[in-house]
Amino acid sequence: MDKIPILKLKDLLLVTIQVDMHDRMAHTLQEDLTERVVQDGVKGVLIDISSLEVVDSFIGRMLGNIASATRTLGAETIVVGIRPSVAITIVELGVTLEGVHTALNVDKGMALLQSLIKTSSQEKGT
Amino acid sequence: MKISHNETIHLGASEDISYIRQKVRKWMVELRFSLVEQTKIVTAASELARNTIEHGGGGRAQLIVLTDNGRTGLQLIFEDNGPGIPDLELALEDGYSTGSGLGLGLSGSKRLVDEFDLKSKPDKGTCITITKWRLN
Repeated sequence: MDKIPILKLKDLLLVTIQVDMHDRMAHTLQEDLTERVVQDGVKGVLIDISSLEVVDSFIGRMLGNIASATRTLGAETIVVGIRPSVAITIVELGVTLEGVHTALNVDKGMALLQSLIKTSSQEKGT
Repeated sequence: MKISHNETIHLGASEDISYIRQKVRKWMVELRFSLVEQTKIVTAASELARNTIEHGGGGRAQLIVLTDNGRTGLQLIFEDNGPGIPDLELALEDGYSTGSGLGLGLSGSKRLVDEFDLKSKPDKGTCITITKWRLN
């Protein structure tokens, strides 16, 4: 499998990363997601990485880039399901996931996303 | 110190980074390292393998199981014949990057392991050795 499937759920995109991503796959995901945010006109992106056993600085940077790019396009990105062992490791590695919202699981991520979308539309006065 | 297991992996393309991650994980599981220890070393291996490929123009990684006074450790040696690192001290600082990364590869990996050794010669290449000992 060379592509990670992106599902549309109401007004958000859901991505579940279930394989050990090699670098090219990560680049493709970044491009595909950004494209789909515009195409589908969504307000939020949920990335589930609970199957990922390792997050290195490359994946960390990719998650940050996706969050920045989607925010530029008016959609918030939330990363959910970071494993405890991964959390310990990325902190020590120095990856801060700056600008990336996180939540424990998909449920909590959805709730956070809804509240973020609400706040941002209130700020815009719509 | 005794070497009880030894294998060399070629590092040429980015797919090899996934391969070494899987390989190191397998070895660490067999050696009964804890999950956090496994994750730290697999992550360090991923960072250093990427350095070897991106900055060293490819090379090889050697996986070694060490036993010393009853303790068990995993040692990984990353070697390339690339341009070398001109300023080792600077290269080990957080945020120093000549590539497109976050500049955490070397400094971050160092924090994830018990022993870290970096040797580099201009135009000859770079050799990085990391070791993790199993907590008993």
